[in-house]
Amino acid sequence: MSEEKPRILKIAVLRFDPNDKNDFPHMEHFEIEEADGMTLFIVLNEIREHHDNSLMFDFVCRAGICGSCSMLVNGRPTLACRTLTSKLDTNITLAPLPLFKLIKDLSIYSGEWMRYLNEHLETWIHDKEKEQNFDKLEERMEPSLADEIYELDRCVECGCCVAGCGTIQMKPSFVGAVGLNKIARYHLDPRDKRSDEEYYELIGDEDGVFGCMTLLGCEDVCPKDLPLQSKIAYLRRMMVKTALKN
Amino acid sequence: MKQEKIDKTPARLDFLQSVTGLILALFIVGHILFEASILVSNEMMYRVTLMFEGYYFFGETYPGIVSFLAAAIFTIFILHAALALRKFPSSYKQYRTLREHTQRMQHEDSSLWMIQVVTGFMMFFIGSVHLYIMMSQPSNIGPFASSHRVVSEFMGPLYFMLLLSVVSHAFIGLYRLALKWGFMEGKHTEISRVRFKLIMKAMIAVYIVVGFSSLVKYTYIGLTHDFSDGVKYKSETIHMENHE
Repeated sequence: MSEEKPRILKIAVLRFDPNDKNDFPHMEHFEIEEADGMTLFIVLNEIREHHDNSLMFDFVCRAGICGSCSMLVNGRPTLACRTLTSKLDTNITLAPLPLFKLIKDLSIYSGEWMRYLNEHLETWIHDKEKEQNFDKLEERMEPSLADEIYELDRCVECGCCVAGCGTIQMKPSFVGAVGLNKIARYHLDPRDKRSDEEYYELIGDEDGVFGCMTLLGCEDVCPKDLPLQSKIAYLRRMMVKTALKN
Repeated sequence: MKQEKIDKTPARLDFLQSVTGLILALFIVGHILFEASILVSNEMMYRVTLMFEGYYFFGETYPGIVSFLAAAIFTIFILHAALALRKFPSSYKQYRTLREHTQRMQHEDSSLWMIQVVTGFMMFFIGSVHLYIMMSQPSNIGPFASSHRVVSEFMGPLYFMLLLSVVSHAFIGLYRLALKWGFMEGKHTEISRVRFKLIMKAMIAVYIVVGFSSLVKYTYIGLTHDFSDGVKYKSETIHMENHE
């Protein structure tokens, strides 16, 4: 293994600074010698250290937990820190996720979009009690249910499902898999006292679950392997049931 | 808890689109097989025709039944088209965005939907022509009458395009329906999805082969049969007094 000559990776990066009036979107090419266990996150740091220190990209945790380093790798949204270069061809194209506000190069402002989504879908526990009683013990929950909720809570809002969704590219008012997954999560939670009708108000239209065209880009690109296909199907059935019983 | 007044229409539209699609897809599954009866024999195809005209139920043929069925399918077809239109790209910009996205992603299921858009659009026209003829000329179905239509009335090319679009649209549609509503998804959706996709592709291949073979047979009859005696088929076993 060590005797083999390391591959030379040809990295093409889409570069653009929207705040620079003279700048325009263009590709820049870098050549990096591949190392064992190299991820795209390491590649980007190499570029910044040795080639061009003005290259901008986001990262925090380097371990697929924070969701900051999402970008288009050869056209597909994924997390740079979890992408091993050994799984890719030597020609690698990197571009920022579409739809979100571009800060510069590969760095995007997904926080703004996610914040709006969370406010719009009210993704927090609605317990309907007028006054908070902090002495009251929380209701017990079956471990299996807690696991199920936790499974959906693993979403890191990286935006890959949004960038992988054809529907949302076409109709940006669609809430996307990230939004629907959150509704599925709160609907499971017995502490959230919202009725089915109230959930219907949130996602029972064509910006919500009925806008989903089941292209399943979300399911296939989610770096956390969330059960998006199954949860969206579940919400669709539940929303139709709610409409039929009313 | 306060009772919210919800707008049920989006749910109804989505559900109706799926239901009408399911009915049409199942109809096609049967239709192409019945039509393939010509591959067995002319007599067999004739009997299938008689069955749909009610002969085995009433002892007499009523082509009006076929008209009625065609009208019912036509209605469901139009309803399905109207509902599906909601999902179509509604401007060049939207279309371009979607096409670029699909090409960039190289993602099979997104591309499948593009096929649905294209085949659906094709069928607005060719499906309507076919359905209208079936509705208006129900008695002109039979081993010779159909062959005559394929060859002398130049319906062959239209049927060929219809076959390709309807078979792809129906089975891709059934596959997408299963995923959309979580039908038999099981614990591991990735496994059930791979299976459904495999079945979908196999069914498309089988139905195109069967449909195309039937079309070839009708064309052959249309080219070789002597139509000087009219297009009616004369059965050797079934003699009908009122049947011209």
